Amino acid sequence: MKIKKLPKKLLFQNTEILDPVKRTNKKGNILLVNGKIAELGIFESPSDIKSIDCNGLTLTHGFCDLHVHFREPGNEDKETLESGSRAALAGGFTRVCTMPNTNPPIDSPESVSYIIEKSKDCPIYVHPIGAVTKGQQGIEISEMGLMNEMGAVAFSDDGLPIQNGLVMRKALEYSTMLGVPIINHAEDDCLRCDGVMNEGIISTRLGLPGNPNMAESTMVYRDLKLAEMTGARLHVPHVSTATSVEHIKLMKNNNNNITAEVTPHHLFFNDESLVNYDTNLKVAPPIRNDISRKAMVKGILEGVIDCIATDHAPHTLHDKETTFDLAAFGMIGLESCFGIVKRVLVDNEGLSLINFVELLTTAPRKIMGFNCDLLKVGTEAELVLFDPNEKWIFNNKNVFSKSINSPFYGQKLVGKIKYTISKGYISEIS
Amino acid sequence: MLSHKHLLGLENFPREDIQNIIDTAFNFREVLDRPIKKVPSLQGVTVVNLFFENSTRTRISFELAQKRLSADTVNFSASTSSLKKGEGFKDTAQNIEAMKIDAVVMRHPAPGAPKHLTEFIDAKVINAGDGTHEHPTQAILDMMSLQEKFGEIKDLNVAIVGDIDHSRVARSNIFGLVTMGANVTLCGPPNLIPDTITDLGVTVNYNIDEVVEWADAINVLRIQRERMGIGLIPSEREYRKLFGITGERIGRNKKEIVIMHPGPINRGVEIDSGVADSDQAIILDQVLNGVASRMSILYLLLGAKDGGMK
Repeated sequence: MKIKKLPKKLLFQNTEILDPVKRTNKKGNILLVNGKIAELGIFESPSDIKSIDCNGLTLTHGFCDLHVHFREPGNEDKETLESGSRAALAGGFTRVCTMPNTNPPIDSPESVSYIIEKSKDCPIYVHPIGAVTKGQQGIEISEMGLMNEMGAVAFSDDGLPIQNGLVMRKALEYSTMLGVPIINHAEDDCLRCDGVMNEGIISTRLGLPGNPNMAESTMVYRDLKLAEMTGARLHVPHVSTATSVEHIKLMKNNNNNITAEVTPHHLFFNDESLVNYDTNLKVAPPIRNDISRKAMVKGILEGVIDCIATDHAPHTLHDKETTFDLAAFGMIGLESCFGIVKRVLVDNEGLSLINFVELLTTAPRKIMGFNCDLLKVGTEAELVLFDPNEKWIFNNKNVFSKSINSPFYGQKLVGKIKYTISKGYISEIS
Repeated sequence: MLSHKHLLGLENFPREDIQNIIDTAFNFREVLDRPIKKVPSLQGVTVVNLFFENSTRTRISFELAQKRLSADTVNFSASTSSLKKGEGFKDTAQNIEAMKIDAVVMRHPAPGAPKHLTEFIDAKVINAGDGTHEHPTQAILDMMSLQEKFGEIKDLNVAIVGDIDHSRVARSNIFGLVTMGANVTLCGPPNLIPDTITDLGVTVNYNIDEVVEWADAINVLRIQRERMGIGLIPSEREYRKLFGITGERIGRNKKEIVIMHPGPINRGVEIDSGVADSDQAIILDQVLNGVASRMSILYLLLGAKDGGMK
């Protein structure tokens, strides 16, 4: 991958321009001047400037990921804001929201400001998510107001679900004055117990402690009811069970403050993939059975689940190269997301390219209140160009994260990111 | 010879291989009855017993099997506390392999640990129990004991009684017995039998008296005392009343059934002393067959050549 400063003027010639806002896909050119869109559509292209022939490529909004772990501060051996940004660019992402479960956690305006300052020079836009409670302890709510002022776009205790219903209620109530979403990893600690994979016939065969569907769905239900009661905005991250989707579907009927995301891995794998104890498939929430996987696909196709988020969770080899019970939870996901999700939703399920792109662009931006109308003259270029037909096999050379914990190596994919344009940089993805 | 390089578990292990191991084990049983109980089959072969979890009988059984086959053996016992981060496991195994060994017999508290071991060493791996996953050599010796008693395993009614969820002995027995064509019924408290387990081709019956009446043989599992009082088993007396293999319960039954136990026994909890010591219990035959089975497995994985048994 080559990351270069954008030249003063740059022309993309003969590209398909896919606009998920206007819902159009038309051939045309785009001229960037000083990093902004100067002209787009059919126009006489000047011959004296640098241009890229985009025949066969599709240009659209840069992707946005609401759920990544860039591990800074504290675990820079796994990822940094800088290395995470490169992983994002390789996957076509120009904007990410980083989870606060760092060391120390992002639970104060000072730590939010640290992320903002530290990511200023990154080639993508990084938005910190603040912790809901101090130290992610689930006891006292944090300075959400001050953190929001400093730039926190949402609040979450991430991997430490808020167990206490009263704390969750108070946090949701408090957040209504800020109008930002609370994101609660829904999992009842007691029901999960020591579960390390989905509870079912596969966990029975492998002798591994199971994590039942109910550990997630009962807490999703609690959170939805509390959101209804308080009028707060609730975003349900990485939905994994069919019952959770049912609960969300019901509640969404009369509450438009509810949103939800699903990860590429919960759309792609089922728990039968774990029969060889592959620790790269150890994630939280766990990879469920195929009934749940199909429910995730249906949830996306029916619009019950709003968007895709990767839950990019880098871990060192050392954290993963151990027995399944001791291995860390999480997988990286930015670089493989586009190809994997396209395979599931477009190639296998027949979703239109435009609806698929929406799940990675306007849908997540709407949830966070980011600008959605990016294909407009005068807008700063935040774009991606992909070849929808290129066949390739995902391998470790495609990974730019500091960590390599992906279970997707060897997957045959159709559709590849070629260029990502963000913050005045153009990255050529090889 | 076996179709697998390692013995990691009995799930998907071929019927012919299981039968081959059992038949060969009977040949070694005969060796154990000789005045000089030793054959040169594995001379020059080095086996490491890598025990990351306490074990007395399994380790001694393997060690004796190796000595009877004239293999060179090394024992390594590590406390699990030094393995908390897993680093000891890979490093220890690689270090031992660097010293040129042929096979590793491993017991480890983590399900899947033997499979993990095969990913970074070339030596053959025999699973001597991996957490709550499998204990294939125990199931082989159990099946050998059944064959010894009944002549054939096929169509036998075998019950496994106890904490199925946390039992590696139960899992390996289920996989092996179903492969060999036995009828398997599980019995125990419902919160200790996973509801998905019937997918493995077994039936579940919570009524011990019905199970005793149905069975040709009962494999009684040890009840871990640490399961008591944490909401899984309310008390010993309740367990004994509802699932214990008591003299009274066995006495009521018309036909004489075979009683097995993988040991160590909690006398008076899962089984009464009188039953454990009775003629219908084959618990000590199992122990002897354990040595023969492990000789057979080691021999078939490591040394099977013409005349090797002489």
